[in-house]
Amino acid sequence: MYDRTIRRRRAVLALLVVSSLILVTAYFGESPSSPLHSVQRGIMSVVSPIQEGASRALKPFRDLFGWVGDTVSAKGDLKDARKERDAWQAKAISLQAQERQNRELRGLMGLDDSPTDVDTYGPVTARVIGRSSVLWYVQLVIDKGTASGLRAEQPVVASDGTGNGAGLIGKVQTAARGSAIIRLITDSEVAVPARNVGGNADGVVTPRAGDPQDLILKYADKDAAISLNDPVVTAGTVSSRKDLKSLYPEDIPIGRVSAIEDPGSETQEIHVKPYVDLRRVEFVRVLTKPQAGS
Amino acid sequence: MIITPQTVGRLALLGVVVVIVQVAAISQVSLLGTTADLVPLVVAAVGLLCGSLTGAIFGFAVGLFVDTALFQIMGLSSLVYLVAGYGAGRLRELRDPQAPVVPVVVGAVATAVATIGFGVMNFLLGMDAPVSFLLARQILATILVNAVIALPVFALVRRWMLPVLPDDPRRRRRRAYTTGGLSPLSRA
Repeated sequence: MYDRTIRRRRAVLALLVVSSLILVTAYFGESPSSPLHSVQRGIMSVVSPIQEGASRALKPFRDLFGWVGDTVSAKGDLKDARKERDAWQAKAISLQAQERQNRELRGLMGLDDSPTDVDTYGPVTARVIGRSSVLWYVQLVIDKGTASGLRAEQPVVASDGTGNGAGLIGKVQTAARGSAIIRLITDSEVAVPARNVGGNADGVVTPRAGDPQDLILKYADKDAAISLNDPVVTAGTVSSRKDLKSLYPEDIPIGRVSAIEDPGSETQEIHVKPYVDLRRVEFVRVLTKPQAGS
Repeated sequence: MIITPQTVGRLALLGVVVVIVQVAAISQVSLLGTTADLVPLVVAAVGLLCGSLTGAIFGFAVGLFVDTALFQIMGLSSLVYLVAGYGAGRLRELRDPQAPVVPVVVGAVATAVATIGFGVMNFLLGMDAPVSFLLARQILATILVNAVIALPVFALVRRWMLPVLPDDPRRRRRRAYTTGGLSPLSRA
């Protein structure tokens, strides 16, 4: 009896492990239109309305935590704030949340005044309804999908509402009817052709694992004129071949040069601080016509 | 543990709710520069309460749901969470630890298994990401935050699963003593 229990336990465990490995292998070799991806899209369509509802329902909870975090960081004002806190707490939480959303949306609109006019690219504004917390896969789930014109590989811009401006945050990985997954620029599989606004430090912006506030501008010429605080923007299409168009329109802001290690040497490393704190994004704009301006 | 339809129902509901709450709320709240991850904690709690087999199956199913809902590589989270669930269950079956700190330690270990395991699997699949001090710090911060919330999470899971859990022999013994049924004194 005991042996049978052990054998059954081992058999189930082996079955589960083998199933996982088969799934990984099958999924890894599949194209995006294949059965497993279709199943995922189908389930995503079912789950995303629930997710959106939960996201809205749990918003006060998130705001409460955000409010607590802000209070902790503002220790200096704690004594004065305490006097009024009890009376205004409930109202303040709600107003702060609205204000942050307002700032974020205004920041997004401010993108229209950036070197490139985002309105040309058919922007669709969407709300973030979920995000992956896994450190390696940095993704957002948004409440707009193919029904709103979203397709895979479309660039996504956002503002975090801190007043630091707005900029590129990633691209659409996949879209279901009413929701889509955004793969952020902090994901190691995302690389964005970029340059400084001056224009002679062309390279590719890649993430630094574990720190969403630090990107690396790779492959820039060591002799290129680039200095601290230089704005870094998307380079757009640099090839004359029509089949090699960049996913990202040119001159979309990404961030500012925050540090240059070993400047002028072969091992030069240019650090870029993104304009947008990806952990604070609540609204995004998906550029549904990225090639419109070219 | 005997698996009844009621047990399956409770576990399924628990899994769905946990993943949705995690994706829609918890992952958007920053603590110590990182976010808590309820999924490994709940999987480990189920393993500790229901045993290795149930823990492994629950971990596999929840992982599959996470991969599907977040459009990740299918099977990756399943593999990682089934290890966490099975490990927690085996601990209970082999040692049956009773110290109050057990859920904290098991939760922290399950989180470490989940985050590091996920990373290792991704590296094996060819993801090009440098292992940096920052990444290690993020992993440690996640483990720390999860360890802090492990006790209330465990208590909630136990409360939810209590109606379908077999009666704890210790609790039964205590009850028997207090009512005089098994007390050696009453026999004497």
